[in-house]
Amino acid sequence: MDDALSAEAEMVHDRPGRLREFWFYFRENRGAVIGLWIFAVFAFLALFGPWIAPHDATAQFRAATLQPPVWQDGGTWSHILGTDPLGRDMLSRLIVGARYSFFVGIVVVSIAASGGIIVGLISGFAPKWLDSIIMRIMDIILAFPSLLLALVLVAILGPSLTNAMIAIAIVLQPHYVRLTRASVLSERQKDYVTSARVVGAGTLRLMVVTVLPNCLAPIIVQAALSFSTAILDAAALGFLGMGAQPPTPEWGTMLAEAREFILRAWWVVTFPGLAILVTVLAINLMGDGLRDALDPKLKRS
Amino acid sequence: MLKYVLSRLATFIPTFIGVTLISFAFIRVLPGDPIVVMAGERGITEERYAQLEQQFGFDRPIYVQFWDYFTGVLQGDLGNSFVTKRPVWDEFFSLFPATLELSVCAMIFAVALGLPAGVIAAVNRGKFFDRALMSTALVGYSMPIFWWALLLIIVFSGNLGWTPVSGRIDLLYYFPNATGFMLIDSIASGQDGAFVSALRHLLLPTIVLGTIPLAVIARQTRSAMLEVLGEDYIRTARAKGMSPGRINGIHALRNALIPVITVIGLSVGTLLAGAILTETIFSWPGIGKWMVDSIFRRDYPVVQGGLLLIAVMVMVVNLTVDMLYGIINPKIRKR
Repeated sequence: MDDALSAEAEMVHDRPGRLREFWFYFRENRGAVIGLWIFAVFAFLALFGPWIAPHDATAQFRAATLQPPVWQDGGTWSHILGTDPLGRDMLSRLIVGARYSFFVGIVVVSIAASGGIIVGLISGFAPKWLDSIIMRIMDIILAFPSLLLALVLVAILGPSLTNAMIAIAIVLQPHYVRLTRASVLSERQKDYVTSARVVGAGTLRLMVVTVLPNCLAPIIVQAALSFSTAILDAAALGFLGMGAQPPTPEWGTMLAEAREFILRAWWVVTFPGLAILVTVLAINLMGDGLRDALDPKLKRS
Repeated sequence: MLKYVLSRLATFIPTFIGVTLISFAFIRVLPGDPIVVMAGERGITEERYAQLEQQFGFDRPIYVQFWDYFTGVLQGDLGNSFVTKRPVWDEFFSLFPATLELSVCAMIFAVALGLPAGVIAAVNRGKFFDRALMSTALVGYSMPIFWWALLLIIVFSGNLGWTPVSGRIDLLYYFPNATGFMLIDSIASGQDGAFVSALRHLLLPTIVLGTIPLAVIARQTRSAMLEVLGEDYIRTARAKGMSPGRINGIHALRNALIPVITVIGLSVGTLLAGAILTETIFSWPGIGKWMVDSIFRRDYPVVQGGLLLIAVMVMVVNLTVDMLYGIINPKIRKR
């Protein structure tokens, strides 16, 4: 009897920490782990790209314009993925370009998520009239198709990568507001919040210390998903000439520059888009894994 | 039910006013003076500038200008385009059928492939088919569609020469566009090959625009089906000895369709955003291309009016979906 009790106590003591439990579930999803590895490579390239790239991303090799990749006739090992119409090395441009997409994702998600969480928390705790006003404003932003709104915003602010990031962050932010508000509203009614209030916690403490940590799971998943949306939208804006400006080796901008050569040189079009696709896919795989690992409803199902 | 409809309508009106305000305000802060842009390269005398300023009402206080714009909007007057001088309203609705035709075809493509894919994946949960279909769907969901369009052009137009690269129909054919829908007009014209030409022009843009909705629908159908398949009444049907085809196809799919229909309704915004890229790449003369061109031309009234009309359209569709959903699913009304 005693033994059984102490064994049980031991087990309770051994309950894995949150992070370990999360990793346990995350690891079960093979796609998510693959996504994580690809993302790690992507992040590594983003940080150290210019030192890894075989050539300078903007150096023009005038003798070798539109040179095909190494496995095709006329390709050489010095330009493994070929060169673009100005003779710049494709591989180097792709590697250096990783940092722009990575940067876009980080900045956009940070702005959109922090802004959205703050507004959502306020909305969830505010009196009804303020809550209504905030939610109507979010409805207004959501009524415009995101890419169109971003496009017009960039046209107003002037085409550049920074302005594209600001525009995308504004467009994505309402999703965080709605998500945060919804979780706050459902958490607020629970007993632990009432007891915290009875003990004398102020509204600010209730918001940030008591409620917020319990609302984070869906927000983290949303962060992963909007990381990929941000990369896609920034590339689309670059493609339309409203994002990063040439000669920046941003992937979307590279595609825009390559458009007129699509029937003559498939590689200048194929590789930048493939880079976008693989990155976005990896992040979405990770997002799916995060959702499965963080959502208690789906666990063990 | 009436209370639900009224409360939804009550949120519609302030949102509508806000959307009008935003599209109005955007143009007021766009860089560049509209009148200077209109005058073009030749420049403009100060006298003429003052005259135009008065004509457009730019010299009056901003709230008066907004009030004029707002009352104009309610009467269907969105101003005239700087470039073509035609009313924005007329331009929008002469181009709209092209976008509608493309969007409807894209949606049909997405539903026709997405629904069966989702059902097959759910029924074969965890098996090969499920994994293969869902991996493909995730790739489609992650697709940069502007690149996807270029790839399809390389393969189908460049290498195989099957499809044209741009436009809605070969220049060879000419007929008045009675309905604005090329597929219908080309049949009505009775010219040999016109319909086939229109169809071939439509093929690649449809695939490009339909790809993301296709992936979303497949994923949504699968998860909705899985949820329904776990319900008790399905087990009952199975226990009664009903054939799996009948259970999956009729009992389960019918209830799984409710969330799927919502997703279809709510993807209007996604379609319009996709139309911006798709139409630009394929030179498709619809709303998306018109908006992008106008933004580059700094045609303020068009950007303003187009933004507003598109937003209102999205809002109306969302409202309709919400109401339909409220009718189908009584649980929602209570909120």
